[in-house]
Amino acid sequence: MKRTATTALAVMLLATAGCSSGGGGGGTAGADVPGVTGTEVVVGTHMPLTGPAAAGYSKIAPATKAYFDFVNKNGGVHGRKITYKVKDDGYNPANTQTVVRELVLQDKVFAILNGLGTPTHTGVLDFLKTNRVPDLFVASGSRSWNQPDKYPGTFGFNPDYTVEGKILGTYVKENLAGKKACFLGQDDDFGRDSLVGIEKILGTVAAKESYVTSNPNVGPQMGALKAAGCEVVLLATVPGFTALSIGTAAKIAFKPQFVVSNVGADPTTVAKTLGAAAPLMEGLVAANYLPLNTDEANPWIQLFKKVNAEHNGGAEFDNNVVYGMSVGYLFVQALQAAGKDVTRDKIIEAVQKNGFQGPGLVPLRFSAQDHSGYAGQQLTKVESGKAVYFGTPYTTDDNDGPVAPYQGQAVTPPANGVPAA
Amino acid sequence: MGQFIYLTFDGLSRGLVYAAFALALVLIWRAARIVNFAQGAMAVAAVYVAWSVTNATGSYWLGFVVALLTGLVLGVVVERVVMRFVDHSSPLNGVVVALGLVLVLQGTLGIVYGNEYQPVRTPFSRDAFEVGGVALLSRYDLFVFAAVGAVVVALTMLFTRTNVGLRMRAAAFAPDVSRLLGVSVGGMLTLGWALAAAVGSLAGMLVVPTELGVHPTAMDVVFVSAFTAAVVGGLDSPIGAVVGGLVVGLLLSYISGYVDVTVAPMAVLALLVVVLLGRPGGLFSSSKARVA
Amino acid sequence: MTDVRTRNAEPVTGIAGPARKWRVHPVAVIAAGAVLVVALTYVLPPFRNYQLATVGAYLCVTAGLTVLTGLNGQLSLGHGALMATGAYTLALTQNKFLNLPLSFAVAVLGTTVVGGVIGLAAARLRGPYLAGLTLAVATVVPSVTNTFDETFNSDQGLSVALDPPPETVPMEQWQAWLCWGAALIVVLLLALLVRGRFGRDLRAVRDDETAARLAGVDVARTQVLAFVVSAACAGVAGALFAVLAQSVSPGAFPLTLSLFLLMAIVIGGLGSLFGALWGALLLVLLPTLSQSVGESTGSQRLEGNLALVVFGVVLVVVMLAAPGGLASIRLRKRRSG
Repeated sequence: MKRTATTALAVMLLATAGCSSGGGGGGTAGADVPGVTGTEVVVGTHMPLTGPAAAGYSKIAPATKAYFDFVNKNGGVHGRKITYKVKDDGYNPANTQTVVRELVLQDKVFAILNGLGTPTHTGVLDFLKTNRVPDLFVASGSRSWNQPDKYPGTFGFNPDYTVEGKILGTYVKENLAGKKACFLGQDDDFGRDSLVGIEKILGTVAAKESYVTSNPNVGPQMGALKAAGCEVVLLATVPGFTALSIGTAAKIAFKPQFVVSNVGADPTTVAKTLGAAAPLMEGLVAANYLPLNTDEANPWIQLFKKVNAEHNGGAEFDNNVVYGMSVGYLFVQALQAAGKDVTRDKIIEAVQKNGFQGPGLVPLRFSAQDHSGYAGQQLTKVESGKAVYFGTPYTTDDNDGPVAPYQGQAVTPPANGVPAA
Repeated sequence: MGQFIYLTFDGLSRGLVYAAFALALVLIWRAARIVNFAQGAMAVAAVYVAWSVTNATGSYWLGFVVALLTGLVLGVVVERVVMRFVDHSSPLNGVVVALGLVLVLQGTLGIVYGNEYQPVRTPFSRDAFEVGGVALLSRYDLFVFAAVGAVVVALTMLFTRTNVGLRMRAAAFAPDVSRLLGVSVGGMLTLGWALAAAVGSLAGMLVVPTELGVHPTAMDVVFVSAFTAAVVGGLDSPIGAVVGGLVVGLLLSYISGYVDVTVAPMAVLALLVVVLLGRPGGLFSSSKARVA
Repeated sequence: MTDVRTRNAEPVTGIAGPARKWRVHPVAVIAAGAVLVVALTYVLPPFRNYQLATVGAYLCVTAGLTVLTGLNGQLSLGHGALMATGAYTLALTQNKFLNLPLSFAVAVLGTTVVGGVIGLAAARLRGPYLAGLTLAVATVVPSVTNTFDETFNSDQGLSVALDPPPETVPMEQWQAWLCWGAALIVVLLLALLVRGRFGRDLRAVRDDETAARLAGVDVARTQVLAFVVSAACAGVAGALFAVLAQSVSPGAFPLTLSLFLLMAIVIGGLGSLFGALWGALLLVLLPTLSQSVGESTGSQRLEGNLALVVFGVVLVVVMLAAPGGLASIRLRKRRSG
């Protein structure tokens, strides 16, 4: 019977050997910077492409990739084309472990870009640090990415949830003063950090409820908020649950003013889930920090729409696409800034040096001491089915700093759509 | 008090859906001694077909009928093409094949329809009637009550009043004797699968519009609740399935409303432990223990 | 081994009756396995070493599960939750004391206790009722971590403090050694255990409870013990995964994990420790292989979904063509040849 074990192990050896020779194309010719050759830069990401969490998010990586294809067609960055390897982790942290190791150890990527999700990405921070892989622009608003001492190579992208909570709280304080404000949030760091920010401005909210993504029924929670007499409900919800909350509230004749986190406020996605009940979104207040997909006059949107048509098969143009392309734009900027002889240390230096001007309405916070992403947000309101910005952008920190209006001017994209060095 | 009444109706309308879905599980268990883990995926497939039909024609009811038919056909296909050839020497084989079917169905639906939630229409308004400021239930909830009620009555009639129902029961409980008496045991088995899949599709049509919309994994959570309901009630008992469904629905609603939504799965586990330790074959198990 | 008789009597599990199977002493097989694995870790590139480590970690849980389900006939859909118990116990102990052997011991002990509690309930239940109870256990993991989030930190989970491996050994190689060291010990202990009286009791209870009782076997005790042993193995696997990932979170132990474990041991060959090895291999290789197939087609919709379809089709086909699992295919071939 020893033979059985031997056979099994031999099969394993063959299978693994077969795979490893197949996957060796990552290429490390030339200088010994992993993932960089004279003609190519290979970066990778982990995203949910399947499973319940894939809704909406699965459009981000293809959009980023489309922007890279656009840049590649225009000559690439320092003569190198960008190859973007997208791995599906189904939002399962165990899968993330495997696919990120595959990207780093086997595909030899130069950097991990825009890995999505707090629980998923938290698990690979140590691995990426040990292997000294730049971990750029993580797609989540957790404060975990901003730990330059502990994780020197990790940088955020989204404004963190506490910053957002403070800005949403400020809106409620200034415009809906005296109304009973309540909170419904996801039962994880998203909901908790958001509530921390809101309560920094508003004090303790009148009632708070939570939901878990595995139970798509918020009837009992909305019933409780209605019973508590809430007039304003702040939502830290993902798009599906924003729609469920609004729909369920309407069902029980509960009509508070909804103020929603950017995470769950994309009108295209929410309206789709609401279906015929989409008009319920009218008047909904939310926040964002990138140009809105429906703002045809915005030069960034014009650029991204063009890229979307040419390189993304004309995918439905929602804010996830805008997000994905903005990430791509920022990465190209960082790569340009890192110079022709790019190394992993050089790109981290370049990101810390910051000074990036792109589609964002507020500056990025990057510095040697600060690895969090965008510094603030601007409020939006849904009018005739479309979100529109109003007021000015605000910036603040995740601590007790003031919520201050940001006066900087928006920039326009370069004529050819590719950031210069 | 208003909150209590609201939670009760919310729990009842979801509990009825669990009941219908649990009934589908019980039907197949009685016919084939298989817990059909693919029930959820099969129901989602039917809902997707209905969604396509409704989008193409604009008629909810045409989609509704097509969903039930799709369920029937899927049931027949799954039984005739796959389940019939499963080696039943170990009860696990059926379970594993069903799990394999789940993957095939979910993957195929994902390829065809994508991994986005698609909203599904309801035929009636979901706005609840209010009595004295308390939201009770909506026209749609009434539709759910009526639909599940009709299924329960129809199945009861089928099994107790008709010749076909008698044959189905005979084929399930004494296949060899039934065969000698001229009952087409294989045919009855297929019929059982078809009926069960149609009932499952109905449950899918009822519950999907009230959640996030249709998605390849949309019924996973419902499956777990319904399976729990069927086990609580006793897998051999259709009445048990209905009672179990209502109990689970109400429990989830009360716990989410009064305690915390995160506690709900623990409450379900506690319910199972209490019921099964008292009655290892479920609430409505027959006195004679059956070894699966 | 009169295969006609055994196959008629119990086509699935009879083939794999370990008492007869281990003609070479288990210690010899395990020693050979250890040599092979160590050799492999020097040949394989780092990512393959990591995958090898994952196979070892999975082997712990599949081996324990196949003893419970295959030899004792108890169906568990909740082993993912037991793995989570081991993983969280390791994380909590390790973050407090930073002592890996101690953390492992506590993790296994903790999981054993939880397994004992579930086993006590399970011993009264049969077939689908046991499935229902263990299914509820599997779904309770996120609920527990969310409710007691001060301890478990909710969906985000905990990171695991670890001392770095010895300077001279690459991380992934060290991980492979650790996992396979544990796996081989687990398999050896299980093999020795099921060879003896305990194994005979397990099978006797599975085949006919009344007969077993008449023969003087304490049925309930045997069933609870089987669950405890199997839970301890799941605890080892969970602890290994916590070390491999340097983090634990409920999302890593979903219901699907429990279902996949079950599928793995059935495809591998129920009741056979070699089947458990096949199963562990499949759990690691099949998703990777089918994903690369999906990727090569280049369509976004196909990418993750094609992997699901391929895995599902393989499952169904294997179950229809060879219900005894992969272990039985090999055996039949050798006999006919």
